[in-house]
Amino acid sequence: MRRDVFQAISDPTRRAIITIIASRSVTLNNVTEEFDISRQAVAKHVKILTECGLVVIHSKGKERICEARLDQLYEISEWLEPLRRAWEHRFDKLDNLLISFKRKKKSTKRK
Amino acid sequence: MKKTTIIAEPGKQELFIIREFDAPRELVFKAFTDPKLLAKWVGPKDLKMKIDKMQVKTGGSYHYTHSDAKGNVYGFRGVIHEIESPERIIQTFEFEGLPEKGHVTLDTARFEELPGNRTKVVAQSVFQSVADRDGMVQSGMERGVLDSHEQLDALLAQGI
Repeated sequence: MRRDVFQAISDPTRRAIITIIASRSVTLNNVTEEFDISRQAVAKHVKILTECGLVVIHSKGKERICEARLDQLYEISEWLEPLRRAWEHRFDKLDNLLISFKRKKKSTKRK
Repeated sequence: MKKTTIIAEPGKQELFIIREFDAPRELVFKAFTDPKLLAKWVGPKDLKMKIDKMQVKTGGSYHYTHSDAKGNVYGFRGVIHEIESPERIIQTFEFEGLPEKGHVTLDTARFEELPGNRTKVVAQSVFQSVADRDGMVQSGMERGVLDSHEQLDALLAQGI
């Protein structure tokens, strides 16, 4: 089973869980209360998130505190960045081409 | 400034490339469909583009190559499903350099008119599998890394 940041955010419930954990200090119970789905279902999503390394759970007495580790999320934008740059390079050339056309059009109109 | 947006949601077989151009739609559409014009901008950095066939019409087909200074040739081909000037191009796309044949994408480019004679292009590629899509992104990454290394080399050569 794939356990990486992409797997972690491939599910809408897991994305919502990440948002909750990242935005405030919460216990596992707090997270469960936020959702209409069963406690087990939430626990399963949180387990996947911990396996993917986006969430760490600390035990504090009886409480289980969730903590978000968001560094990996940057991997995603880094993943697409080179492809984006390759297209940007092409489109920049197209920009120049379009500009030269518009100039030509204007000069022929003047004639 | 970052002008090109790429959207690739995890676990999906599709990819979107979105870009706005400061030119009227007819002109942008022409630059995407006229072989002479395509050759001027589609080729990646340092690769020479040669168009063998480009029948830009519904039911047409195309084949072109990119070649580098070392003599490596990369072929691309596909068929044109629909040309709806100046708003839509639907075509298939296959990179012939893949280890296995038959990994084709269905590409749709939509051209949207924006105020002020600007044009928004939304290009969607649908892959046969998530692995196909992620593999393509990965190869774009290698290419991009290569380009950035070359740019770095150029900077270093200038003594910066």
